[in-house]
Amino acid sequence: MDLKDLYRDVILDHNKRPRNFGALEPADARAEGHNPLCGDRLTLTLRLDGNRVTDIRFEGKGCAISTASASLMTEAVLGKDIDSIDGLRAIVQRALTEHDYAAPPELGKLAALTGVREFPARVKCATLCWHTLAAALERSGANVSTE
Amino acid sequence: MNAAARSAPLQRYDVARIRADFPVLSTTVRGKRLAFLDTAASAQRPLAVIEAVDRYERSSHANVHRGVYQLSQKATDAFEGARTRVQRFLNAASERECIFTRGTTEAINLVAQSWARSRLGPGDEILITWMEHHANIVPWQMVCQQTGATLKVAPIDRNGELRLDAFEALLSPRTRLVAFTLVSNALGTVLPAARIIAAARRAGALVLVDAAQAVPHQKVDVQALDCDFLAFSAHKLYGPTGIGVLWGREAVLRDMPPWQGGGDMILTVSFECTTYNTLPYKFEAGTPNISGAIGLAAAIDYLEGLGIERVHAHEQALLRQATAALTAIPGLTIVGQAAHKAAVISFTLDGVHPHDLGTILDAEGVAVRAGHHCAMPVMEFFDVAATVRASFGCYSDEADLAQLVAALGHAREVFG
Ligand SMILES: Cc1ncc(COP(=O)(O)O)c(C=O)c1O
Repeated sequence: MDLKDLYRDVILDHNKRPRNFGALEPADARAEGHNPLCGDRLTLTLRLDGNRVTDIRFEGKGCAISTASASLMTEAVLGKDIDSIDGLRAIVQRALTEHDYAAPPELGKLAALTGVREFPARVKCATLCWHTLAAALERSGANVSTE
Repeated sequence: MNAAARSAPLQRYDVARIRADFPVLSTTVRGKRLAFLDTAASAQRPLAVIEAVDRYERSSHANVHRGVYQLSQKATDAFEGARTRVQRFLNAASERECIFTRGTTEAINLVAQSWARSRLGPGDEILITWMEHHANIVPWQMVCQQTGATLKVAPIDRNGELRLDAFEALLSPRTRLVAFTLVSNALGTVLPAARIIAAARRAGALVLVDAAQAVPHQKVDVQALDCDFLAFSAHKLYGPTGIGVLWGREAVLRDMPPWQGGGDMILTVSFECTTYNTLPYKFEAGTPNISGAIGLAAAIDYLEGLGIERVHAHEQALLRQATAALTAIPGLTIVGQAAHKAAVISFTLDGVHPHDLGTILDAEGVAVRAGHHCAMPVMEFFDVAATVRASFGCYSDEADLAQLVAALGHAREVFG
């Protein structure tokens, strides 16, 4: 188990220079996420065109893992439709928790986060943004499949 | 200083020998020496406690206060012996004042639901401080909702000290209860108990003391304090989890209704009329944590065997060293700089979130708490989401501190 595996360069970079940081005003969807363990808070705002995410921003204070995860997530879901976002979310969930999971190529840059598997206490930091995204999409009335 | 301590030859505090009493301290974490710096969350247990519980489990267990057979009598004697040990530890006037609970949290809830709920109403106030653990906030919020009473909060200053003037200004004839912590778990601040209690008395309020963080570090004498309730947990005192104590002044406890019903807390039960048991059993419904109480008594024996004053002096020396060492680290801010502190240092490091710091320190074998320490209002006051907290106990040593400082340097490297 190596710290370098958790704090990979991609993660340190996205922590230092988070992408899509800020808030959209007005927004078609928004949600707040909260990790009570570390006090981290995250606000997501999105613009939607039908079922497609046309813009997304995140804002909040968080640890390097949660900040980098949110930053990477905004890049990964921008321009995607809700069904493929849902599929990606399921892949991420498994990639962050299952040791023997052979992640499909869709995981892309998000693979940088898989180091959290060795640090169970930190998995929630990485998944917070994805839960928040699901809540935002669900509340927007856009069609989120729960499968 | 008492006579015994004065006449005893001043022995060196042999921390290496004390460490040998705690089996977990010789284990490794991720291949590194364990530097356990989270004693304020829960202390480790010495062999004396582990073995006392083990002995009881092997040779003395039966239900208490029930059987006529010898084994049950043995268990009852051990359980009640533990109560007597607690009574002497706190200098309580009688064993009847010492109620076993699951811990500090349950003790405070007992007072809220029995004492406060049965006598408070609209117009009454409960006064707490900004430094309280959630366990000394939420039970009062709940009972305020139930009764219409109001919760007031005395502010703190940037050093993490209670603002006594503001505290006194909040006291009035409406104040029915003052509930405060002797030592802040998040900041380490030791509160000026004598002045708080004297002021509360003048206002005619009862006083509850949360002594969870105090009993491991200082002699706590309920009669000298002149409070009405005092709560602590065994697991912060080198004892087991799931057991703690509510001490209450007998005259106050006697007038309080039971809060949980069941076996042990009754004298007779019929469907028409149930009569409650006497103190302390009135507040101990159901089969208690017998082995826990025995472990607690062993923990008190252990700590008093070391000498609380000597443990305190050792911890304070470490605290001074740690404060100097951490202050010298660029970008590190100590949160909570009260004049009187227990062996707790809360801090933040610029550019590294406390949660990341916790993980990096863990990789170096250093166990610290990273989070809000169940004191979210304190975190909000200092405008931080979380801090890292290193806390010391009787077994902490300079090597633990050196390991912490080295690991902090490592965190700087990782985060550049
Ligand atoms: C000051 C203070 N009060 C209350 C508690 C709650 O103790 P327990 O969880 O053992 O009931 C703690 C424990 O963290 C504490 O530090």
